[in-house]
Amino acid sequence: MDEALEELGEYVLGALPEMVSGAEVAHGELTIEVNWDAIVTVLTFLRDDTNCQFRQLIDICGVDYPGRERRFEVVYHLLSLRQNQRIRVKLSTDESTPVPSATGVFSAAGWWEREAWDLYGILFSGHPDLRRILTDYGFEGHPLRKDFPLTGHVEVRYDDEQKRVVYEPVKLTQEFRSFDFLSPWEGMPSTLPGDEKAEG
Amino acid sequence: MAETRLQNFTMNFGPQHPAAHGVLRLVLEMDGEVIRRADPHIGLLHRGTEKLIEYKTYLQAIPYFDRLDYVAPMNQEHAFALAVERLLGVEVPLRAQYIRVLFSEISRLLNHILSITTMALDLGAMTPLLWGFEEREKLMEFYERVSGARMHAAYFRPGGVHQDLPDGLADDIMAFADAFPAHIDDIEGLLTENRIFKQRTVDIGTISAEDAFDWGFTGPNLRACDVAWDLRKAQPYDVYDRLDFDIPVGKNGDCYARYLVRIEEMRQCVPIMKQCLNDMPGGPVMVDDHKIAPPRRAEMKRSMEALIHHFKLYTEGYHVPAGECYAAVEAPKGEFGVYLVSDGTNRPYRCKIRAPSFAFLQGLDHLAKGHMLADVVAIIGSLDIVFGEIDR
Repeated sequence: MDEALEELGEYVLGALPEMVSGAEVAHGELTIEVNWDAIVTVLTFLRDDTNCQFRQLIDICGVDYPGRERRFEVVYHLLSLRQNQRIRVKLSTDESTPVPSATGVFSAAGWWEREAWDLYGILFSGHPDLRRILTDYGFEGHPLRKDFPLTGHVEVRYDDEQKRVVYEPVKLTQEFRSFDFLSPWEGMPSTLPGDEKAEG
Repeated sequence: MAETRLQNFTMNFGPQHPAAHGVLRLVLEMDGEVIRRADPHIGLLHRGTEKLIEYKTYLQAIPYFDRLDYVAPMNQEHAFALAVERLLGVEVPLRAQYIRVLFSEISRLLNHILSITTMALDLGAMTPLLWGFEEREKLMEFYERVSGARMHAAYFRPGGVHQDLPDGLADDIMAFADAFPAHIDDIEGLLTENRIFKQRTVDIGTISAEDAFDWGFTGPNLRACDVAWDLRKAQPYDVYDRLDFDIPVGKNGDCYARYLVRIEEMRQCVPIMKQCLNDMPGGPVMVDDHKIAPPRRAEMKRSMEALIHHFKLYTEGYHVPAGECYAAVEAPKGEFGVYLVSDGTNRPYRCKIRAPSFAFLQGLDHLAKGHMLADVVAIIGSLDIVFGEIDR
């Protein structure tokens, strides 16, 4: 299984050397990294090439790494029924660089790109209808970014006097707590201070 | 004769409409009775599941999966458990694998009973719902006996299942499996050759295999287009490769074909359940590693180490090695996948949930175009969508 995937990775690398910057197999899954501007070409190749035939787009999602220079990753999952293989295609982008939309290659890309725009603020150029999809009408911000607080900024309630739902700044009766469970025990040095005296 | 101007008008369908199968707001652009464009507005049930999971330990994330597709909860847990296990690199005991497959198939029955009977209800047949829900209740009782909850079970855990089957449950499931095919016959007797039902479904919402690939269809909706693709056969997980069962396919890709595929899948569930019950070996149902699985209660009464393990597991949780993986299962609706990114801490860095219904609803515009308003109800019913997993 892994060998076939490695072969496939090398094949894609060989076929599109300018656009694909790396292929790697981990946990029995193949990941290739592409340049952000080449995504449409790569997806079209993967769909139409006889050795690939990734005819189905399974998923598109964003991942946020605020520490990186280009903070967002866009991850595409493709499935080939003919070869019975999966492939993961990754590219990285930032808040202002639009990624070419995959809607021309796979119709199913439309909503997943809308979702990535809605939740992360990743822009897609050439998308026919890049509206928000999951959040409320008139929502502000991109909730799945790591710098967006879990509690959000506003809360809603029904106001009986105004006879409508109103938005208010979120009020917590107890401060939001996030426990740091990263264990101090594993960070301890192997020798305790003072132990060196036993040696001498 | 006076000049008449014809104009398309838009209509709001839902979000509170019984045939919308949840909180779907559908903006329909109509030309008389004919639909020109369907624009589903989703997100009315958005709870931010993916965001919440990033702030929970791996164990605490499991209950969120029950609440995605609340019609077949355990299949979702299965995908998450498989993803975490792959990153952890643990091997699940054989008995646990059989129990998981058994309950995955029970969940499939739960889903298909609801899907078929509510579709029939939308098309004007009430009796299948009443008959089907009696069986559904029995299946939920099995859920309750094994996990303590009728729906939100949190039973499949990374590393196995939470507890072994209680005494006598296997016999009761066997008795149910023996009796169930007769109930499928009853429902089929009401629907399959029913003139009204066929008028409402045959050649309605037809999609070709080519378009089904393009729109990301999976599961029964793809198989109804004559594509024999099932992850249980193609990329078997747990013990599906040891079991003998068939994959039904439809011919036309219309609402009626989708209905027939689900009926036949229910029939195929029964032998799978029986094989699981017959072949199930004894032994543990959870990995024997207290860094991942909690120790038994009895052990905790005597062993200090067990007590510490228990405390650490239920406060800090376990750390999953850094990496990423995508695990998919053949959920009753289609391919349900979890893309998990771990950064080596005790909480997922990113957990993307790939819900099959999301793709189906996106394809609704393609399916409904050119059909009558009443056909939208049949199409939504036959697509088998649930908003828990679409909106997440």
